[in-house]
Amino acid sequence: MHLASGVDLQLADLSNKLIYSAMAVYLIAMFAYMFEWTFGSKGAVAVRSVEQASLAETVAAANEPVKAAKRVTVTVASANGGTTTLTRTALADAGATVVTSGRGEADAVDGPGAAGTSEKGDLVGRMAVSLTVLGALLHAGAVVSRGLSVMRWPWGNMYEFSCAFGLTMVLAYLGLLVAKKKARWLGLPVMLAVLLTLGLAVSVLYTDSEQLVPALHSYWLAIHVSTAIICGGFLYAAFVTTLLYLGKDRYDQRAAEGLTTGPLGTPASVWQRLPAASSLDRLSYRINAMVFPLWTFTIIAGAIWAEAAWGKYWEWDPKETWSFITWVAYAAYLHARATAGWKGRKAAYLALLAFSFYLFNFYGVNIFITGKHSYAGVG
Amino acid sequence: MSDTRTRAPEGPEDVTDAEAERLSSAPAETDSPTGIGVLGWFRWMWRQLTSMRVALILLFLLSLAAIPGSLIPQTSQNSFKVETWKAAHKSLTPIYEKLQLFDVYSSVWFSAIYILLFVSLAGCIIPRTWQFVGVLRAKPPAAPRNLTRMPVYAAWHTDADPEAVNRAAYQRLRKRGFRVHMEEAGAVAAEKGYLREVGNLLFHFSLFALLAGFAWASLASGQGGKLVIVGQGYSNTTTQLDDFTGSAFYTSDDLDPFGFKLDGFTAEYQTGGDQMGTPREYAAHIRYWTGSDDTKLTKADIEVNHPLEIGGSKVFLIGHGYAPVVTVKNAKGETVYAGPTAFLPQDGNLTSTGVVKVNDYGEKDGKKTQLGFQGYFLPTAPVNFEQTGPVSLFPAAAEPMLVLTAYAGDLGTDSGLPQNVYQLNTQHLTQLKQDGDIARARLKPGQGWSLPDGYGTVTFDGYQEWASFTVSHRPGNAIALTGAVCAILGLIGSLFVQRRRIWVRAVTTPDGRTLVEAAGLARSESAKIAEELAELAVDLQDDAPATESESESATEPGSEPAAKPEARAEDASDAEEAPTAESTPASDEAVVSDKPSGPTSPADPSSKE
Repeated sequence: MHLASGVDLQLADLSNKLIYSAMAVYLIAMFAYMFEWTFGSKGAVAVRSVEQASLAETVAAANEPVKAAKRVTVTVASANGGTTTLTRTALADAGATVVTSGRGEADAVDGPGAAGTSEKGDLVGRMAVSLTVLGALLHAGAVVSRGLSVMRWPWGNMYEFSCAFGLTMVLAYLGLLVAKKKARWLGLPVMLAVLLTLGLAVSVLYTDSEQLVPALHSYWLAIHVSTAIICGGFLYAAFVTTLLYLGKDRYDQRAAEGLTTGPLGTPASVWQRLPAASSLDRLSYRINAMVFPLWTFTIIAGAIWAEAAWGKYWEWDPKETWSFITWVAYAAYLHARATAGWKGRKAAYLALLAFSFYLFNFYGVNIFITGKHSYAGVG
Repeated sequence: MSDTRTRAPEGPEDVTDAEAERLSSAPAETDSPTGIGVLGWFRWMWRQLTSMRVALILLFLLSLAAIPGSLIPQTSQNSFKVETWKAAHKSLTPIYEKLQLFDVYSSVWFSAIYILLFVSLAGCIIPRTWQFVGVLRAKPPAAPRNLTRMPVYAAWHTDADPEAVNRAAYQRLRKRGFRVHMEEAGAVAAEKGYLREVGNLLFHFSLFALLAGFAWASLASGQGGKLVIVGQGYSNTTTQLDDFTGSAFYTSDDLDPFGFKLDGFTAEYQTGGDQMGTPREYAAHIRYWTGSDDTKLTKADIEVNHPLEIGGSKVFLIGHGYAPVVTVKNAKGETVYAGPTAFLPQDGNLTSTGVVKVNDYGEKDGKKTQLGFQGYFLPTAPVNFEQTGPVSLFPAAAEPMLVLTAYAGDLGTDSGLPQNVYQLNTQHLTQLKQDGDIARARLKPGQGWSLPDGYGTVTFDGYQEWASFTVSHRPGNAIALTGAVCAILGLIGSLFVQRRRIWVRAVTTPDGRTLVEAAGLARSESAKIAEELAELAVDLQDDAPATESESESATEPGSEPAAKPEARAEDASDAEEAPTAESTPASDEAVVSDKPSGPTSPADPSSKE
């Protein structure tokens, strides 16, 4: 591996400035998301959003030449014994063009999102997303320039890992938006999480941009650590979703009991605007299920690297042990999802525990436990 | 992993329907002992052990049980740390020892958990495999009599011939990659997504492969350590190794024949900033030979992350340090000791400690005497040594200094007992004094020290570097790696593939028309099955156009009551936990779009084949 001997101080300095700029932009974005929630609470919380209503009109319009259309309505049984329907219509003369498909009488209706029906809220929400994109660009610039300043992968210590980890979290959120998922409600908790991560990074974990210790001179740094970072970003998003699921589920229970506030005295309108508990649960499951094979790969890649560096692929080094603990906890969560009596809240608690293991593996093991993975660059 | 134990239908169900509704190949669970006597109880216990609930508890226990090993020093990793800990916690040590907390990962209780887990796994996976083989050999389960009971259902009337509709459905399902079976009773049964179960089984079998790799490695591997000073050589035998740990099938007699000579060592360090002194590059330059011919030498470099593979062994660079070169002359002026002695680093700046044992000093005052020196080697000595004491400021040898104190008497090396080469046994030694104070010398390269009481002289000639290596022989890596790769592939299959069934039945109704019914079954995790069925139905309407009147009220298929189906494949607990609907849409006709539905269909892993 070729190593540049020096450090480009200008680039390293630029990286630091970019991180602070990204944090400032994220902070403004966070306020914008807060405003979105605030404005949204003022409008009446209608269950169906403007978009949806207008779409229904489109459908109605499309259904006018109904004589020429093919149309199928599928009855879908839902978990609680109710039914929903999904209608699929295709214009006969336009081949198999599907005009729309949809559900009616849904058992669990998703809330309209943070902005509710408030147009002002929606506008602020859009601004918040734009700010998040800007912040992510600055953030990405910081990570790249940090790497360029020493001509290596920019995740050689805890500070660099945190920066990259925060970036993947934001990118995971933006990815959901790009995939046309209505996930703007995730914006506020993601901003909070990323600011917390970066705040810790710049205040406690900061180290100057330098070359790496010999143990990290390996292309496995690019593979093993980057996948660990990606897993972390997505698991964080799943963690936030799981928390919201638990809150929403509790709110639903309280609503059924006739209480008008959410858990911990939170206003009901916040919970009403969130997606249905089952949707949140499903989202967090899907993210966790998607990440689980990648996390498995991370551990295996680490084992291969360990074999090359230390002669044994598994030595129960603290970091290895905690990755294993995290892995087993997530495995337990996935099994719980499929086991009678463990679905729902219990499985969600397991997911929270599993993520806390992940976090401990990063912060706790690096700071409090010495092992062979002590590259943190802190105290 | 996932679509595991679904509840078997209760009550007097139609057998074929029950068969159709069981998407999983997992055995059904029973909650109480069946049968009689010991056998019944044994069977019940076995069922419990292989049940998902117990597997779940074992998994959870496994993750908890792994925790203490990361917090308490482990003998297998650092026995020195264990000893230090034991010395500091005298009262806790016996309890910890009893609980095997210094060897967590080979302890009885940790082993018990994972062995039970693997037994549970085997008890679950092996029957499932047979069941799955059976599923693959059989036709897709026949269509249930009452399709409206299925979780996903659609129906319409047509004027097309029922047999033609069934044939068309057969073709279309086939094109979509389903395994299809045309039933004689006039229905089509189809199933897809077998890769889910394949992946599931592959993943769990891979875990056994991993375990086998682990076991093989621990039975047939060996590892030794060796410290080599630059300029010296090493051949791979027990006598030359500093330490060796073997195993049942790899003892010190099995060591691979090779050797090498350490020609040089390169170390680079950060010279400024907040990480000053942090190593940046280590490389050991060697020439090695294999077999018995030690004259055919090959040049090679060993670096961290780049071990050298010689024969069946790998040589890893583990550490490095300094070996001060000293010459000791006795009272008569004869050279009694000359050469480098390895000192062990104590901190990141390579403040090193060590001893020089002069065994063959000869006689002093007519008495057989030995000399011992204890000291520090500082690669970069501080200017203000008086204040700082023996502490190195930088790991590279910029300002080398040797700090020595001397002992005379009996080193104890002739007693025949093995001795630590880095420590002095001062039991029969007296420390030399000068002017009533401990005699101490601070030497720069080339400087000498006249020992008090006429014991002779010591000269600090310079220093050499040394490197320490681990020689490791570990088979079974390939098995473990194969297992690991298969495990990932299996996981991807079992988490991202969705197994589902679709049935289509076209029959002639009493009024002479044709009723087309389509139904689907999948895990409720995904709404995809409804979409898939809708797409199929829309396509099928090319072959079986819905009659005009029907397209207006497609939800009412003939005389069949519009379904109030129950979710069969789901457990009842789901119903309790499912959230209540917040409200119903304002208009009956309104069709809520599915496209921008956000969190209901996020990055859906289960949609890809």
